[in-house]
Amino acid sequence: MSTVFIALQTNEDTRPIIDAILADNPHARLNEQPAMVKIDAERTLTVRRSSIESLLGRDFDLQELHINLISLSGNIDETDDELTLSWNA
Amino acid sequence: MDMQATKKKLGLKERYQVMTRGLDWTPSYQKMEDIYPYVAYEGIKIHDWDKWEDPFRLTMDAYWKYQAEKERKLYAIIDAYAQNNGHLSVTDARYINTVKLFLTGVSPLEYMAHRGFAHAGRQFPGAGPRVACLMQSLDEIRHAQTQIHALSNYNKHYNGLHEFRHMHDRVWYLSVPKSFFDDAVTAGPFEFMVAIGFSFEYVLTNLLFVPFVSGAAYNGDMSTMTFGFSAQSDEARHMTLGLEVIKFILEQDPANLPIVQRWIDKWTWRGYRVLTLVAMMMDYMLPKRTMSWKEAWEVYFEENGGALFKDLARYGITMPKCAETIALEKDHLSHQAWGTFYNYGAAAAFHTWVPEKDEMDWLAAKYPESFDKYYRPRLEYWREQAAKGNRFYNKTLPMLCQTCQIPMLFTEPGDPTKICYREVDYKDNKYHFCSDHCKEIFEHEPEKYIQSWLPVHQIYQGNCFPEGTDPTGEGFDPLAAVLQYYHLEFGRDNLDFEGSEDQKNFDTWRGMATKNV
Repeated sequence: MSTVFIALQTNEDTRPIIDAILADNPHARLNEQPAMVKIDAERTLTVRRSSIESLLGRDFDLQELHINLISLSGNIDETDDELTLSWNA
Repeated sequence: MDMQATKKKLGLKERYQVMTRGLDWTPSYQKMEDIYPYVAYEGIKIHDWDKWEDPFRLTMDAYWKYQAEKERKLYAIIDAYAQNNGHLSVTDARYINTVKLFLTGVSPLEYMAHRGFAHAGRQFPGAGPRVACLMQSLDEIRHAQTQIHALSNYNKHYNGLHEFRHMHDRVWYLSVPKSFFDDAVTAGPFEFMVAIGFSFEYVLTNLLFVPFVSGAAYNGDMSTMTFGFSAQSDEARHMTLGLEVIKFILEQDPANLPIVQRWIDKWTWRGYRVLTLVAMMMDYMLPKRTMSWKEAWEVYFEENGGALFKDLARYGITMPKCAETIALEKDHLSHQAWGTFYNYGAAAAFHTWVPEKDEMDWLAAKYPESFDKYYRPRLEYWREQAAKGNRFYNKTLPMLCQTCQIPMLFTEPGDPTKICYREVDYKDNKYHFCSDHCKEIFEHEPEKYIQSWLPVHQIYQGNCFPEGTDPTGEGFDPLAAVLQYYHLEFGRDNLDFEGSEDQKNFDTWRGMATKNV
């Protein structure tokens, strides 16, 4: 099974984002490293705008992710509401 | 961050359409082949440029907004770090040698990437890839600038950073990263995109920017952490572009597959050879270590790259052949590289040293198959010799590989006791290679690689001395002349860390920062 991942800086901006990703993807694993986290997940991982907004308490544009994003892997599909990473094989 | 998410009149997909293809037009009085002269000669067939889709669907207006936010954060941190004498909070002054290598070896490549993407982007008839290349070109010049700004603070206090650009074009080990990028930008636009956009950005930069930069944070270097992660936030987009390029080319025509596969094989190997420097930085130059080179390779290439190549199998793409050789080298790469720099420490613009005992124990734990057997005895011997006043400096010049330009320091796949040599006769000359893969790359494009500017050959030809030097004069010292040509000050910028000015200054200043003197 192939793993996708998203890596984010650890700071106050990303805390609700990381929490939202982990809540929405129960199969994901949190891998904490100095100054960053790497979230690994089998096959697919979804980042949901609505989940982040409810933790953040304000409107959130998914493209704000770019500011604190470190790296990712997988094929990406992004809409206004969701960013999905996935491998086909 | 107090960022406003504005309500958009158009959805992401519509906005992307309007802001990319919506801005394009069809020329009426010039022929397409005159406007895009380089698009056909590599043999890549594209039938419909509109099939290109940027998965992030980032448009220029959003690009400026988020990049500006990244810059504000970055410069606030860099200023605070400088104002607070943050350089004194790094683990120890040996660490600073990694930023010397970074500034002289990597930052000039960012600038070349800026030029490369501006050039390649200009050559593509499709508006989607042109916009993506424009953004990446701007990202890359931002990386060069932010790295130079962030590291200029170290230049105020430490040696070896003062002439990074001059050195990049001349110093022997810097010809490795330099020639890598020169090789890529002198290829056609499609090969450049596969070389940098895919093999380098997608497959390899994770190894440079993620574990190494996390390691910088771990060693107290907030400025490298912040420019590194700020750059890497763009890399996420670059990797996506790199993957998109491959999928787009392969979907356009089945005849593109063998061309692309050969480029992937070539550039994975070329990029991996450049990462030799990173392997050494991670295993030997970070006083506090986060992850070994081998572990990083396993996570980011074997696991992540493996998943990627499995995904691309539907197009007929296979894992590059060189992956097998790389797997055999991963227990040896960083040790062989550091051993070489220790040897040539008189001709390098940074300091080298023998690791402390606890560091050797860490290496032994991370490399149980190789470190104690092959590399610890050598390091311990060098330490004994140095203690007796015989610090070993190699005064002869090494043979270089014609393709990757690295000294012939690598061993035979599967036999770490025997140096790997390959050679090819071409037009009355003999050319030397570090590996089967570098040899194959040469054999496919000999007319390109016979032009390599090999630092050792250039020194022997007398091209690397200051103007007016007379090599036939009484008492001529070739090493001294070469160092002058490099703008490298003997006894200050080079030699062992032990006894260096950096070491003394750091200890004095750190003492002043914690005591009343």
